[in-house]
Amino acid sequence: MKKIVFVIALTALALVALACAPAPTPAPTAAPPTAAPKPTEAPKPTAVPPTAAPKPTEAPKPTTAPAAAVELRMMWYNDGNEGEVMRALLDRFEKENPGIKVKIDTVAYKDLHNILQTQVEAGTAPDLARVTDVARFAGKYLDMRKYMTNPDSWAKDWAPQVLQSFRKGDDKTGLYGFPTQFTVTGPFVNRTLFAQAGIPVPSDTKKDVTWEEWVDAAKKVAAATKTPYAVAIDRTGHRFWGPSLSKCATYITPENTFKVDTPGFRDTANMIIGWHKDKITPLEVWAGGGGGYAAANEFFVNGQLVFYMSGSWQIGQFDKLIGKKFDWAAVPNPSGKCGSTGMPGGALLVTFASTKHPKEVTKLVEYLSSDAILEEFSAKTLFIPGKLTLAKKGIQYPSSNQPLNVFLAEIAKLMPEAYALQYHPLTFVLNTEIRDRLSQVIVGEITLDEAIQKIQTKMDEEVAKAKK
Amino acid sequence: MKNEEAPRPQPVTLSSDLLLRPFTWLLGLADYILLPLQKLIGPQRMAYFFVLPNLLIFGIFILLPMILNFYYGFTSGNSILLENRPFVGTTNLERLLTCADYLNPKTCSEDLFWRGAFNTATFVVGQVTAMILLSLVTALALNRPVVGRGFFRAMFFYPVLLSPVVVALIWKWILQYQYGLLNAILVAVGLQKIPFLLEAGWAQFWVIAISVWSQMGFFTLILLAGLQAIPKEMYEAASMDGANKWQSFRAVTFPLLMPTMTVVLVLALIRAVQVFDQVFVLTNGGPGTATLYIVQYIYRTGFEFRNYGMAAAASLVLAIVLLVLTVGQLVLSRRQEAA
Repeated sequence: MKKIVFVIALTALALVALACAPAPTPAPTAAPPTAAPKPTEAPKPTAVPPTAAPKPTEAPKPTTAPAAAVELRMMWYNDGNEGEVMRALLDRFEKENPGIKVKIDTVAYKDLHNILQTQVEAGTAPDLARVTDVARFAGKYLDMRKYMTNPDSWAKDWAPQVLQSFRKGDDKTGLYGFPTQFTVTGPFVNRTLFAQAGIPVPSDTKKDVTWEEWVDAAKKVAAATKTPYAVAIDRTGHRFWGPSLSKCATYITPENTFKVDTPGFRDTANMIIGWHKDKITPLEVWAGGGGGYAAANEFFVNGQLVFYMSGSWQIGQFDKLIGKKFDWAAVPNPSGKCGSTGMPGGALLVTFASTKHPKEVTKLVEYLSSDAILEEFSAKTLFIPGKLTLAKKGIQYPSSNQPLNVFLAEIAKLMPEAYALQYHPLTFVLNTEIRDRLSQVIVGEITLDEAIQKIQTKMDEEVAKAKK
Repeated sequence: MKNEEAPRPQPVTLSSDLLLRPFTWLLGLADYILLPLQKLIGPQRMAYFFVLPNLLIFGIFILLPMILNFYYGFTSGNSILLENRPFVGTTNLERLLTCADYLNPKTCSEDLFWRGAFNTATFVVGQVTAMILLSLVTALALNRPVVGRGFFRAMFFYPVLLSPVVVALIWKWILQYQYGLLNAILVAVGLQKIPFLLEAGWAQFWVIAISVWSQMGFFTLILLAGLQAIPKEMYEAASMDGANKWQSFRAVTFPLLMPTMTVVLVLALIRAVQVFDQVFVLTNGGPGTATLYIVQYIYRTGFEFRNYGMAAAASLVLAIVLLVLTVGQLVLSRRQEAA
């Protein structure tokens, strides 16, 4: 009996081993030395149509060993359809450059920077990645300058502040990546509610509308139309900065330290606290958000909100979810004593110095940042391009041209302080500190004075740490 | 007589035979590996061979991270790699534990750690008290010969089977201010909506209530087993002595249930101190920091603010608290055994 069991077990083991073994594939060395690298030999033969096969004359000379296709890894996250659009563009790039393959590793945005940090520190960073916290990996990026066809000309296409945000220390010339899209913070209004209330949209009749005028109008509209909420602003320090800079807040001192306690900061903080006291804003966003970012987009999409301070990245989602259910529009940022500004932002495609294929990485960057490709990417994703020439020229979007053009116009109005704040290496600390401390004030845990003191202490500590 | 003693053939059903056959084959196969091994290392050392896989898993996923965490607690910086983390001694612990007034978190250097500690203490007291009382009452009720006892036992245990995240999402849907089921009912009967998860007091109440609801079945089951282990003769003796139900409970049930109660108390305490996932999904620590508990503070400090050293130091403090609780359980158990 034992022998039978033994034989059966051996047979079963052999079957399992066979089943689990990788499918037999011809090893690269098995290929005849004279064989040209046909596209069908690439890892994804179905992705390349037969017509794309290099002609025999394009194949390497028989005396040269066939070069294996270089595979580049790109870490990516999605807000909307940009992953699909990027994949289509990469397929085209691969077709034009048969020796290069690009693999996209898509991860959730909330995990992106932590995963990337682990990989970067372990020396296994991808070749490229789409990030928002660009300062976090400064010093680890690939300087593409020496691999570029015309680096100086390429550099002129981007805002200097954006290019500087990739750099570390005294570096003023390194070229490490580019913004795949630019975002600007700014408000949206529900025009249908204004029309139903018989109240004109303030920005239709006046160029510079103050925060007070907007809030007053939104309150009247909400009251007239029995809409639950008049105003809302996303729960993040980033959204707070634009209004506060308009109200003359200054955060970064000439000594490169932070100053939190300014009349502009207090004015803006009191304005948002006041909205909660007056119950004209949804409690869920700032009071109920706990320890993270919270947006009020659901309230706007559901027609429960008159005036919503958010940003250009919402356009695609609003276009899809609201459609023609009601008339919505983007309006210019409200004015304060010191002007009107939103906050810049967006995602950036970075390259890592640990790559084994710097030339191919640079080639891909040059391809993706070319006018035609970036224009197509922007149009299909409803993103504002971060490239100055394209922003100036304008993009023909398939839909949502009104809000996109409003936000494009807002780029020109951005204050230098807004850029300085956005691209400061300690910006993420200030962002979360303002968000969390202001929430504590709103729910009555601490006073505004205590919140300001806590934020100031934290920033002083971070500046001291950064100087070490 | 002989006929009676003869072993009766055991009826083997086709299904059980089929089910057992692969195991028999596997065991037969294992013999071919284990018997030579046993001959080689001796039967005494075979135990180490059997524990080895679990020991490796424990070592890699529990022991090693614990050692790393201990070291991280004495370093600073934003890097993950140990070689890039400067050793700062007890700086993190000192900062965590520095307060002008220990009863007022606002005066502490790491005020959120102390808010987390106070919130956790409040949660532990509220949740463990409610949990033990309700579990005991439920176990006493389910120990009686009531109609549908099996059904009720299953019903009370059912929430234990659910993932904490699922529980939190279900209750979040029920308690939401705008679209929540409970508020819809309140509005339907002409009452005002209540910000259940948006007002500190309500949020703290619901966090405790949901936690008790989801875990009570587990503790009820343990107490029920304890109750069923009490010999019936004890109650009969008490009854013959003229004891009423309350006196029986006080003099028989309670003392004999104490060892089980101790286990339940310590388990409930440890679980309560570790509270995280359910609350993270339900309130994310809000409103403000009203339901920010110590584990969430550690999570936020480490993974949101990238202050790994401070997060590790706070983990050490939490580990010490849990160690005290566990040692307490051991001491109590041994005392009870000795008594």
